[in-house]
Amino acid sequence: MKFLEKIVKNMEPKFAKGGELEKWAPVYESFMTLAFTPPHTTKKGAHIRDAVDLKRTMITVVIALIPCLLFGIYNTGHWALVAESGDRTLDFWQNGGEKFIRGLVVVLPMIVVSYVVGLTVEFIFAIKNGHALHEGFLVTGLLIPLILPADIPLWMIAVATVFGVVIGKEVFGGTGMNIMNVALLTRAFLFFGYPTYMSGDKVWMAGKENTVDGFTGSTALGDLASFITDKPVFENLAMFEGTYSLWDSFMGSIPGSIGETSVIAILIGSVILVVTGVGSLRIMGSFLVGGYVMAILLNLIGGNPYLELPPEFHLVLGGFAFGAVFMATDPVTAAQTETGKLIYGFFGGLLAIMIRVLNPAYPEGVMLAILFMNVMAPIIDHYVIQANIKRRLKRLKTA
Amino acid sequence: MSEDKKTKSEPLFSKKNRKLITDPLTDNNPVTVQVLGICSALAITVQVEQALVMGAAVIFVLVLGNLIISLLRNLIPSRIRIIVQLVVVASLVIIVNEILKAFMPDVSEKLSVFVGLIITNCIIMGRFEAFAMGNKPWPSVLDGLGNGLGYTILLILVAIARELFGSGSILGAQVFGDSLNETGLYALGYENNNLMILPPMALIIVGIIIWIQRLKNKALIEDH
Repeated sequence: MKFLEKIVKNMEPKFAKGGELEKWAPVYESFMTLAFTPPHTTKKGAHIRDAVDLKRTMITVVIALIPCLLFGIYNTGHWALVAESGDRTLDFWQNGGEKFIRGLVVVLPMIVVSYVVGLTVEFIFAIKNGHALHEGFLVTGLLIPLILPADIPLWMIAVATVFGVVIGKEVFGGTGMNIMNVALLTRAFLFFGYPTYMSGDKVWMAGKENTVDGFTGSTALGDLASFITDKPVFENLAMFEGTYSLWDSFMGSIPGSIGETSVIAILIGSVILVVTGVGSLRIMGSFLVGGYVMAILLNLIGGNPYLELPPEFHLVLGGFAFGAVFMATDPVTAAQTETGKLIYGFFGGLLAIMIRVLNPAYPEGVMLAILFMNVMAPIIDHYVIQANIKRRLKRLKTA
Repeated sequence: MSEDKKTKSEPLFSKKNRKLITDPLTDNNPVTVQVLGICSALAITVQVEQALVMGAAVIFVLVLGNLIISLLRNLIPSRIRIIVQLVVVASLVIIVNEILKAFMPDVSEKLSVFVGLIITNCIIMGRFEAFAMGNKPWPSVLDGLGNGLGYTILLILVAIARELFGSGSILGAQVFGDSLNETGLYALGYENNNLMILPPMALIIVGIIIWIQRLKNKALIEDH
């Protein structure tokens, strides 16, 4: 490590002001601070610099995402084999090594494309604007592949990532200034731009050209949404629960976006986020409560099997858990006030289930619900602060 | 004699008059700088053909409207000027609408209510109020032409982007190959972007054009 540090330090003068590579200073800075503790010290006044900077916060999230990523890779491999053999009853834990490699072949290029494209855009903006590279994309770059179906073409990921980073973040001023979650905006771009690649029953398994004729690889939510149409996949809820048991959905051995299926992996991630103080337990909790309340309300209304789906299913199916833990808690786009976080999370969960069940055009509502709440977050904060001021003024008058 | 001199000192296309046409094309564009007429820019820019027809309609209304208002400017009582202006736009728009229905029924159907909605286009009322009410007929005509062209250029730019990436064609001609038979780029796995056809993308494209324009001309950047 000493050796490496020496090389890096020797390079520094070249990137300093007046050096021959001055223009590339942001590139140097970003790699240097990624590997070593940054040399910044406060020059004036009594300020305390926390050892945990943005880079280390982001790395914590990346670590929290690793269980989801590993499980996602395995699950992708499993369903690729299922699609190939046409046998849905394939044992999940058999041929583990082969499945993991099959999944890795699919998922790794997606991650590489997302990182390379996104970081290139970030570097261009950093060099052009002469500021240090922002770390935000470390997390975004990993989130993007995790919320996409396995069979999406790589060039679509590239186009959507450029859109997400430029329109979602850079036009607002870069990391920390964005109004909406960049990864979700990227997904929204794909969802509306290329709907046939983002929903339906062909996209969730890698290598659809190998698929056996007549095999449908729809997700649980897709099957559920078909209850509203004339041709439901299942005759009743009991049959649905026979195919997608609560345990399978919780463990994650069902088709879906790469990182979203396993609630166990997401729970491990959430523990890491909450213990390190990076993710807000308030948002995660209120998001779950919001979703649960909505599901109960829909149960009370009843009328078709989808509305009568037990609430606990809603929490483990689709991207609900993943959205609650990794998307809604994005510190930049979520509400900032403590009360605001509760309101933000609650309505996010509420809307997610409402859109999911009541609008057949959108089989999954988590993405749209969180994007909507991102936009609403500043208003929520505003009213929370105003309410606080009013309350304190009242106290002042009575005294 | 003195009048003769005056007309000589102000030729038809003097520098000042030329500026009336060129300014709205770039640095004082009604859409990107004044941010007017956005609603129609979102609605009718899915295809270049619609944008062209819409642009022509707006130029027609704006030039003639500016001329009429300018001729009447000393006769219009200021308290009812908005009503007079509305009557003028409305009559002109009805003429345009009837012409379109008679000679271009398909385009007229695609543009549907948006031709009628030219009446409420802020650019038109804005030019009447801000220019034609206080200037002579000839400069008013030039101003109308300039602003109409500025609006049309922007519509066409947005429409080209949207039709090219949304439908893979320009003016109905397939550029990237046939998407149904999978020829050209489509054979390589290229797909049209559906989002381009949806109105939000028009807003984003207008935003990108505004962004690029302000990068080139820093004087346009507003102070905060």
